[in-house]
This record gives sequence, structure tokens and C-alpha cells, in this order.
Amino acid sequence: MKDVHLISLSVNGNEHELVVESRRTLADMLRHDLGYTGTHLGCEHGICGACTILLDDQPVRACLVFGVQADGCEVRTVEGLADGDQLSDLQQAFSDRHGLQCGFCTPGFLMLAEAYLSEADSSADPESVREAMASNLCRCTGYQGIVEAVCDVARSRHPAGST
Amino acid sequence: MTRFAVKATLRATNAPTGPLGRTGARMAREAKLDGHGTWIGASVPRKEDGRMLRGSGRFVDDVERYGALHAAFVRSPYGSATVNSIDVAAATGIPGVHHVLTAADLDNPYLLAVLERDEFVPTTMPLLAESEVRHAAEPVAVVLAEDPYAAEDGAEAVEIDFTPRQAVTDLDTAPTGPNVHSGLADNCLVDLTMFDDDRLDGVLADAPLTVEAEFSSARLAALPMEGRGCLAEWDDRDGQVVLHASTQVPHQLRSGIAQALGLPESTVRVIAPDVGGGFGLKCVVGREEVVIAAAAARLRRPVKWVEDRQENLTASFHGHEQHYAVRAAFDTTGRLLGLAADIRCDVGAYSAFPFTCAVEPLMAATELPGAYKVPAYRARGRAIATNKPPTAPYRGVSRPQIVLVMERLMEKAAAALDLDPLEVRRRNLISEGEFPYTGASGITYDEGSYRESLDLAEKTVTEAGWYSERDELRAAGIPAGIGFSCFSERTAYGTPIMAQRRMGMTPGYDTAHVRMDPTGEVIVTTGTCGHGQGHETTFAQIVATRLGVHPDQVRLRQGDTDLAAYGWGTFGSRSIVIGGTSARRAADDVAAQLRRIAAHLLEVDESDVRLMHGAATVRGVPGASLEIAELARTAYFRAHTLPEGSEHGLEARGSADPPGTFSNACHTVLVTADPGTGAVRVRRYLVVEDCGVVINPLVVDGQVRGGVTQGIAAALYERIRYDGDGQPNSATLMDYLAPTASEICPIQITHLETPCPYTEDGAKGMGEGGTIGAPAAVLNAVNDALAHTGVAMDHIPVRPEDVLSSLSRPLATVGGT
Repeated sequence: MKDVHLISLSVNGNEHELVVESRRTLADMLRHDLGYTGTHLGCEHGICGACTILLDDQPVRACLVFGVQADGCEVRTVEGLADGDQLSDLQQAFSDRHGLQCGFCTPGFLMLAEAYLSEADSSADPESVREAMASNLCRCTGYQGIVEAVCDVARSRHPAGST
Repeated sequence: MTRFAVKATLRATNAPTGPLGRTGARMAREAKLDGHGTWIGASVPRKEDGRMLRGSGRFVDDVERYGALHAAFVRSPYGSATVNSIDVAAATGIPGVHHVLTAADLDNPYLLAVLERDEFVPTTMPLLAESEVRHAAEPVAVVLAEDPYAAEDGAEAVEIDFTPRQAVTDLDTAPTGPNVHSGLADNCLVDLTMFDDDRLDGVLADAPLTVEAEFSSARLAALPMEGRGCLAEWDDRDGQVVLHASTQVPHQLRSGIAQALGLPESTVRVIAPDVGGGFGLKCVVGREEVVIAAAAARLRRPVKWVEDRQENLTASFHGHEQHYAVRAAFDTTGRLLGLAADIRCDVGAYSAFPFTCAVEPLMAATELPGAYKVPAYRARGRAIATNKPPTAPYRGVSRPQIVLVMERLMEKAAAALDLDPLEVRRRNLISEGEFPYTGASGITYDEGSYRESLDLAEKTVTEAGWYSERDELRAAGIPAGIGFSCFSERTAYGTPIMAQRRMGMTPGYDTAHVRMDPTGEVIVTTGTCGHGQGHETTFAQIVATRLGVHPDQVRLRQGDTDLAAYGWGTFGSRSIVIGGTSARRAADDVAAQLRRIAAHLLEVDESDVRLMHGAATVRGVPGASLEIAELARTAYFRAHTLPEGSEHGLEARGSADPPGTFSNACHTVLVTADPGTGAVRVRRYLVVEDCGVVINPLVVDGQVRGGVTQGIAAALYERIRYDGDGQPNSATLMDYLAPTASEICPIQITHLETPCPYTEDGAKGMGEGGTIGAPAAVLNAVNDALAHTGVAMDHIPVRPEDVLSSLSRPLATVGGT
């Protein structure tokens, strides 16, 4: 007999109700039960950050959260960033700055960066951006394009004097 | 064969435009067709980016099939053991578990990688272990269940009775330790002495200076962010087992499956969806991939396996664990007179299919001289078996080590002779006027900019104040050092060069097919298989240029063995040179077909027709023009209007098989060492590189930066460790220290362009150079920072404790570098 729970949550504004086994991770639930496969699993032990999503606006490793813990929560994933084919400013900056190659870590970095950029004191200081982006691992880019992209968006979203 | 101008030209002095250096964004926005109708050299934004950024890429675990079973492998807990019995009864009783398969259930299949050399000992690699396990995490059984959780429950319940044996875990004890394979004396799988020069012993005995040194590098994991994985399904309509796999080499994987399972190749279809990085790990065939294909074919039911990170670190393929004992003779001016090397590679328990365990020692022994002139040379290369996972050709394949050896030798000779180490390099580098140069190992080097890149790197960092910054740091009590490395790397190994290895399957050539559809859009299929390198963009740039269309109108189809002709995949910095040139040649053929149609319709001479900006125009006849889409429409829908005997359709095949072309670079790095913690920090990094004609600067710079980052990781951070019993001690990303953004600094890049003489576009390979040059440059910089201690470090990674122990030594009285 499986230990299952009926939960409800919102993902990118879409309401979902589902039955989930208590041991099922939020990452597996998003990917395989709800079809949000943009959230990737790179290590399943909380280090690489490829599965970073926003859970009630906080960045979390979806591999370290159980699906049942998201009951009643608002989840944001990479699928919620673009407006149809129109990329968000952050997504466009990643492309412009070549902040992705294979693309596997990219959703995690985008969600991490979204959380960082939502902080009122986010600045375009490359060192603080590097420090923030050090939460996640990328094996392709050497991080330079990622850091540049986040700096670009920090500058455009928080023009000098506005913070 | 087109011979291009050989003089290196400076492409872009990549002066920093801000704290982060050159802005990719500016480059991308400027990307446009120039007046000559070429997309070559433009930073065209990547076609791959949109889906990756929206989260709609399709990686293998995103492929879902109704009713799929999920696999979990039961793996050996011992480095070496006898398998006495396997009891699956409890596992099959776990809810959700459908099958538990052992080797016997699959008729004991195995993979066999072959090298046709007497000095090579082949090792059969069972897909599932039979009576023996030869490394920890070797697969012994596979559990198939309704979901991955139940599969892991089942794997835990499989009871295997082992009798552990003493394991062999390092190069030094392997010759006298227990045999990894019964009857394998000395645990030596390959022992080759190559290029033995009669004069060498005399040269070494008589030389004014002989440098003797040993160098070593740790075992590494390639660590793509997406591990391996596959989903196999039986297609009853096509009579095929279809394997969706995260691989760099779909056709080679198909061949491996077909050979291991005794199937005709056409009954196996391999499809690589989006692949989340490879770095060489995915250019060999994994046992698990063949097991999953076999299971799906037998059960007639989809089966999925997605490797977790622990498996990736302990049960996939490693590489890079090598030891060099070297003697080098120099004259008093620092000229290298002769070089003898004894190279040992810890290759683990088996030969990976199809490259074999000889890939590292053969590469090292053949290419050690690198960018330097070595008049007399001998190398012994050995592959030593240990009770560790087998090795795959990790990015760079022995070149990071051989560059490290040569660059450290230059430093040591300069120190012993009290000469400028850069001057010693200049006296030994193959230089302008000497190309094409044939070295002691028989390699012929095409044109490069070896001295020019060193000169430009030195000038750049001097003018940028690196030396004064180093001296100021030192004055403040912070050990600081600057390191250089100069190297050339053979890329795009064609069949003639690969044949020298004498593999059972000789890779090298590749093909491409170009087809224009009736609306003027273009489909390119290729046997190469990009996995992050942006091939959809760069191939489109090449083909669009030849056909006079926009790159957005060109779509690349890759990674599917049913779509593309047999091709060797993506590894060894080969794809743009071999696959790209194949595509260009096919496109040229299609362009000729378009020109013939235009010439007929416009009643002009074919040779006067040009294809550009989406139209066919006529030289000397302004106003005479037809849209390319109109030509395509005519070819397909109005073929009756064309002259009798015209080809039908618009398509062509192209192929390329160059002998290998040498890229080169000079890396320069400024590091500091923390006197308190021993941590080394990379503060500044410059690459002056020459990969011939750059197709897309954005993509090339990304490859260089990513490569350098992996090279810095090898120099300072990463190490796969095993204890004496063969237990893995680097099983998580807490233990295996892949660098984060905090460990890496901005990397400045300057391009020189010496075109490849073997291809029309002139591009050389460049996927590995960053990884190849960085360890030597970083190690030289660390030694420069610690020069005052008298300690010379010749191993990687340099750990904080190495730095601390050297700093705690009393000031030395003897010089060392």
C-alpha cells in the first residue's frame, strides 16, 4: 500500500490537483506527473542546482523538497519565464551573452538569477553576481556569459539610483 | 585542395571593454551578412538557445513512453570480488518490480574493444558481471519496475554473495599486485615503445644539461551536467529496437549494441535527443545502454534508465590518471636535443568500446613533443589495469598532461641555465618558415602561429600590467605568480591518422547531406552529433553562405542513425572541420544545381550566376534576378521546364576526411596563493588562440572559456579518489570539487587565424584547446608564486595542503621552478 496524499498547488499560475506518494520529490512530481520537464535533475543531492525552482518566491532545490511539501504553494519554473515565443529580458540576456551551451543547467541558473534579481539590493557588481551564481554548477560555459547576462539584467532592472 | 594564405593574421585584439571583457551581446547584435555574402565569422545568435531557455529542450529523461519500465542497476560494493550467487527472489516480490535480469538472463553478452596490435591485450567487458567483479559499482544485475523508486527498492533487495579479493588501485603496485584479469601478468594491457631513436641515449649522455623529472595527474570525471541515460523501445512496425540515448556517437553506439547482441545494424536505431554535455564521457558505449536495449528488445516494452550522479561519478567512465618519467637533453642555449619519456596510464579494469584503453598512452606517446622541435625522441606508453572503472577519452585526451610535461621542462631548463623561460620556448617552438614541419614522431604540422601567439600573449599581459601587479602582491606578502603554456593540438583526426592506432573500427571521415525543399528552405543531415557546441547554428552559417540563404532557413538534423549516413559523431574537435566541410561540399553541389536552373531560366551562362541574399543574380547584368525559392519551386514542381537530363530535386551528399589539422594557443595566467589556507586563486587569464578561420566568434569563445574552466579544475580542484580496497571516495559533488563561478575569473581571448590548408572554409578544431592549455599554465603560475620556497610541483591537482607545506618550508638555498 503506497503512502499517498492529495495535494494542490499552482505552477506558473496553473492550478493542479494530484495524488502523490509521500516520498516523491517535487522535481519528479513537476517533471513526470505534471510535465514541467524544463526543471532538470543534475545530481539529486542538492549541489548542482539544475533543479532550482521558486517555491513561494524562494529559490529551492526541487530535488531536496518532497512534492507533498508544495501543497498549497505557488511554484515557478523555467516554463513560466517567457511570454509565448517572446523571451524574458533575462532569457534574452543569456542568449546574447552566450550564457548557455548544452542548456541542461540553464533552467536552474535562470530561476536562481530570477530570485537574485528580485532582491531589492541586487546590483550589477560582477563579484556579487559571481558569488550568487556560485550556488549552481555549469560544466560548459566557464560562467562568464552567465555572470555577464545577470549583470546586464541587474543594470536594466535596477537602473542607477533606483534601488 | 585549396591552399590559403599561410601568414597568421590578427583577428581581434580582444581588449576588455569593461570589467568582464568583450561583450558577446554587442557581437551578437552586429551579426549580419557582410558585402561578400558570407556568414562565416559572424556571431550569429544560437538557434539552439530559444528552446533551452524556455525549458522546452528534449533531453533523454524528457522522453516519456506509456508503460515504460524503469531500470536500477545492482552494482558491486567491492573493488574486486568473486560472485558466488545472486538471489533475486526478494526483489521480485517488491511491489512494482517486474523483472530482475542477470547476465545469464541476457545470454552473457559483452562488449569487446579491439586494437590490432600485438602489444595490446583485449578485455571483454561483460554487460552484467558474471563470476567476477573488477571494480566497485560494476553492474551485476538490473531491476525493472514501474517507477524509478520501486526499481531502487528492488535493487536494494537483490542479494548477491561475494567473496572479496585484494584490489589493485594504483600504478605503482599494479605490476606486482593481484591480476585484474586472470593471466594478465603485470596488469599491463598495452606496452608500446615508439619512435626509438638510436642516437637518443648518446644525446642524453653527452648533453650539457639533462633534466629528469616525474609528472602526474589525477583521475577525473568528465561530469556533464546531464549524466548518461537512455530509453529503449521495440518498434514492431519497423522491426527495430529504438534507443534514445544521451550520446555523442549515435552510430558507434548502434555498432556496439549490434555487435554485443548479435543484431544486424539496421535493426537498431539510435536517436540522440538534446544531450546535456559529454566531454568524451559519452563518446564510448556504456554497458548500461546495451543492457537497456537488450531488455526492451526481449520484453517488447519501453525501458528507461537515467544515471544518477553517484553512478556517474563511480560507475561510468573516468580518465586522465597518468604518470610520466621524463629525461630531456638541452644545449647551453636552451635548445632541446632529445627527449625520452616513460608514460603510464591507469586505465581501470576494461577497454571502453570502441576506443580501447590505449587511447591515452598512444596519444601521449605520439604527440608529446607538441609545438616543440625534438630532434631525438623515444616514448614508452603503457596502459595499466586497475580495479577501477574503465576510462573514456576525456576532453583533451593526454594533451593536458603532455603540454604540462613540455611546459614544465621548458621552465626547468630555463632555471638551470639561468635563461628567460619564454626565450627558451622561442628557441624550441616550430616557427614561421619551418611549416609544414615533420617531427620526430612522424607527425606533419600544418601552418600555425606558435611563436606569434606567445609573443602576443607576453606583450598583452606586460602592457596590461600583470607583472607589476604580481610584484605588488608579492610586496604585500601574498605569493603571486604568472604562468605560460604554449601548445599545438591535432584536431579533426581523419581516417588515415586514426588508422595508425589500428582500432578494430577506424573512425575519421564523415558525411553530410544537404537538401533544399520546394520553398527554398534547407535541411542538413550529418553524422556528427553536437551536444552544446552550437552545431545547429554553425553548420547553418556554412551552408547558408554557399546557398545564398539566411541561416534561419537552414535546419540541422543530427543524432539519428536512421536519418544520417554512418558517421562518427562528435569528439576529438572534429565536427566543424569534418562535418562542416562535408556540409559545405554538399551545399556547393546543391548551389551548382541552383545555378544551372537559374542559368537556364535567365538564359545566361552558369558561371555568371551568383547566389546571395536569397536570390540568384547575374554578374554584369543588373536587374536579372530570380529568387532562390523560385528556383526551388521550379526544380520540384516545374521540372518539365528544365532541360532534358537535369537532376531531379535539389540535394547532394558531401564528405571529408582530412589528415588532422593543428590548432595552437598560448595561455597566460596570474594566480595568488593564500598563505593562510593554501588556496590558489586564479586572478587573470588570457588565451591567444589560433583555430584557423573562426566560423562563429561567440561559439568559439564559449568553447575556449568552458575548456579553460575544466583545465583550471584539473589543475586545482578535481580528483577522483579510491582507497586501497578500491572503494570510491568521490561519490558525490561534495567530494568531487567541480568549480563554481566563484573559482573562475573572466577569461580574455584573442584570436589569430591561420587557415587550415585541407578544407575550403579553413576552420580548425577547437573544442578541447582550453582544457589542454590550462593545467600547464596554472601549474607554472603556482610554481612561480612559490618560487621563493624552492619547491617545484609537478603534479595536478595542486591542493591547498601542497601549497601550505611548501610555504612552511624554510627558505631554500637551491633554485627550483
